[in-house]
Amino acid sequence: MTDLTQAQVRERIEQNLAGRHRKEKLFRGLGIASIAFGVFAVLLLFTDIISKGSGAFVQTAVQLEVTYDPAVLGIEEVNEESLTWANFTGVIRQSLRERFPGVSGRSEKRELYSLVSTGAPFTLRDRLQANPALLGQTEKVWFAADDDVDTFLKSLDDSAEGFRGRTSDEMAAWVQTLWDSGELKKRFNTTFFTNGDSREPEQAGIRAALVGSLLTLLVTLALSFPIGVAAAIYLEEYAPKNRWTDLIEVNINNLAAVPSIVFGLLGLAIFINFFELPRSAPLVGGLVLTLMTLPTIIISSRAALKSVPPSIREAAMGMGASRMQVVLHHVLPLAMPGMLTGAIIGMAQALGETAPLLMIGMVAFIVDVPAGITDPATVLPVQIFLWADSPERAFVERTSAAIMVLLSFLIVMNTSAVLLRKKLERRW
Amino acid sequence: MQTPTLFALLLLLVLIAYGTGFSRAAAAARGRGGMRKLAALPSYYGTHTALWCGLPALLLLAVWLMFDEPIIRALVMNGIADMPDTMAGRDLLYAQIQNQAAGNFFGEATPQVKEAAERLTHLRGGAQLLQTAMVLILSLGLGAFAMLRFSPKLRAREKVEKVFRVILIGCASAAILTTVGILLSVLFESLRFFQSVPVTEFLFGLQWSPQMALRADQVGSSGAFGAVPLFTGTLMVSAIAMFVAVPVGLMSAIYLAEYAGKRLRAVAKPVLEVLAGVPTVVYGFFAALTVAPFVREAAAAVGLQASSESALAAGLVMGVMIIPFVSSLSDDVINAVPQSMRDGALGLGSTHSETVRKVVIPAALPGIVGGVLLAVSRAIGETMIVVMAAGLAANLTANPLDSVTTVTVQIVTLLVGDQEFDSPKTLAAFALGLMLFVSTLILNFIALHVVKKYREQYD
Repeated sequence: MTDLTQAQVRERIEQNLAGRHRKEKLFRGLGIASIAFGVFAVLLLFTDIISKGSGAFVQTAVQLEVTYDPAVLGIEEVNEESLTWANFTGVIRQSLRERFPGVSGRSEKRELYSLVSTGAPFTLRDRLQANPALLGQTEKVWFAADDDVDTFLKSLDDSAEGFRGRTSDEMAAWVQTLWDSGELKKRFNTTFFTNGDSREPEQAGIRAALVGSLLTLLVTLALSFPIGVAAAIYLEEYAPKNRWTDLIEVNINNLAAVPSIVFGLLGLAIFINFFELPRSAPLVGGLVLTLMTLPTIIISSRAALKSVPPSIREAAMGMGASRMQVVLHHVLPLAMPGMLTGAIIGMAQALGETAPLLMIGMVAFIVDVPAGITDPATVLPVQIFLWADSPERAFVERTSAAIMVLLSFLIVMNTSAVLLRKKLERRW
Repeated sequence: MQTPTLFALLLLLVLIAYGTGFSRAAAAARGRGGMRKLAALPSYYGTHTALWCGLPALLLLAVWLMFDEPIIRALVMNGIADMPDTMAGRDLLYAQIQNQAAGNFFGEATPQVKEAAERLTHLRGGAQLLQTAMVLILSLGLGAFAMLRFSPKLRAREKVEKVFRVILIGCASAAILTTVGILLSVLFESLRFFQSVPVTEFLFGLQWSPQMALRADQVGSSGAFGAVPLFTGTLMVSAIAMFVAVPVGLMSAIYLAEYAGKRLRAVAKPVLEVLAGVPTVVYGFFAALTVAPFVREAAAAVGLQASSESALAAGLVMGVMIIPFVSSLSDDVINAVPQSMRDGALGLGSTHSETVRKVVIPAALPGIVGGVLLAVSRAIGETMIVVMAAGLAANLTANPLDSVTTVTVQIVTLLVGDQEFDSPKTLAAFALGLMLFVSTLILNFIALHVVKKYREQYD
């Protein structure tokens, strides 16, 4: 080593330096690439879902000229009873035959009839019920088109040929005729927000699932927030340092990382099999999600309590307040914003949860909107899971749309948590 | 009286009790010349009375609601002459009786069922009446008792605070109860499963086909419960996920902590965290409809055959889901490394990346390893992505393009839909749940321990 002159040393370092700087650049590049990958994943996910789902917010409707012919309906007057068995399907079929008089043959006719949604007779019934004077009259009514027509028409925007699927050449021709004469239109899909689940995509909606989610979340919030806050208060303000409190602490941290599906097993074995609570009910769903979100809420509530400086407690105690008065009158109000933030984040987590709810039977096919917490119900994520399994192309669209609704709820909840924290946060 | 009405009435009684306690104390204070002659503020006397009036009655109601159905069922089933032998048969019979009692007729009921249904209706009516009577008597009686005991010297505040403290302890113990509940439910059913299938077969068997035959004499009537294909499938999907999540998560955490300016950090961090907030069912949909076809086409383009439900697609998407998990945990530990160590390395002339690779990362390694272990336990327990994007066939394979199944997928398939609670098929799900719970528990325990120990070093 002593042989090296200063110049030689410098030369060597400079040789090395180029390589070292190259490595530095490479390392930086990898870092940027990783972040770019993450951001790319977010963008890809959102554009994919939005591009697939935005179509579901519009729906194709067909205009038909229908005659409320008593002979076809098979009724003489409009009353509760006659409405239930009146042949509205016949009326619609007749008006379709009149619109396309050239159609003959069984299979061709069947195809013609399938232009209109199978829910159309109910639309007619509701109209007649609302206005009995229509009996014997003729009017133009917009009906929801069948999902095949809907899918075909929407796919025409992407390519001239369009996605055919079950749509035959004749049907395509009819759709073209109707479209050219303005008897087909795309309108805002209100059905999607007002209906429950259905096997027919054009009649399927998310209302029942949304209400189910709401009820489940209410149960979860009503149980997990008070219990979580009470547990946090005990652990932060009261608990002596002993084995039992240590055990509780370790337990809470572990529970926070237990897979959610295990909570579903607990719900199935204990709430449903042992206590015989009703299956598929928001009550049981809420209980399971309570157990699942409790650790999150306890941990964030403890952090909020910890951030309240001890001087506040000491001052209150010095004025003669009891321990409970210190907590309830001084510490808790100051920690509340942090606790609320934690609760919102916990609720967002519960809103997106699927797996444990599958275990307790919330996968049922629910058409009616649940009225109470013991009615059979499903929740939005489970509805998404169910629709994702359906083969119809129109369901892909609706699944993505339901995901968009779910994600917008989550975004609203999480942003409000962030805003709440920013607005109410206090630095001591 | 129906339970909700009873509950509402009870709440009303509690409010009244609070009011009477409060006004009584206030009146006593006025008679004695001021609040300071009382042992506590009037609101505490009110709460004291309200607690006496409401709490025991509420507890009674809760216990009643928990146990009335099973007891009524036992009473109804006791009187039945020819009891079916199997549990499923008994469940069916009881369901028939319940339907009969509720007035939903499915065909003609046997006289035995009719008679039992009458008994059920009768018992239910009696139980409802008894419940109402007992709850109201308890509530009113104890409320009156508390009023009788009232005196200005009564230390109401201390008593109220003691009760609250007990309630707080109860809430804090909910976590323990949950763990015990999980253990009991999973363990109990697993033990029943291991009575019909030996543990060794479950742990080391190579064949998984849980479908049981309907008749005993059917060919291949015994399902096979060797869970090794499930374990390997789970490990493969998790390994693929970690292969994506660890490098990307770690590198982005390093870049954000060491290189990025304030503005990039303020944007990139929340964007990455969005990935953690997306529900898993959304990832599952994305994996099944977008990534899986892409993987299949990409494999076909290089001349490989990929299943449409490949482990690779599920693993890739799961990896993306876990990125923010790894990055935020690593970010925490990297930021916890003291600045003086970086300054030392930089002062000796090392480049920024050399500082990170040779000083910061080794110092933060235990924390990073803990974070990765937590991420692995997340990956093992992840359900929806694999349910929607991985297959059902239990293949024992090392090819990531093949379809594999995982522990969580099997739990879901075995338990969704109709179940009978005495077949090994259903019980197998609980045995799998036990494996899942135990393995994630061990991983979490080690990880939390490592992270905690490391934190103490620099604090």
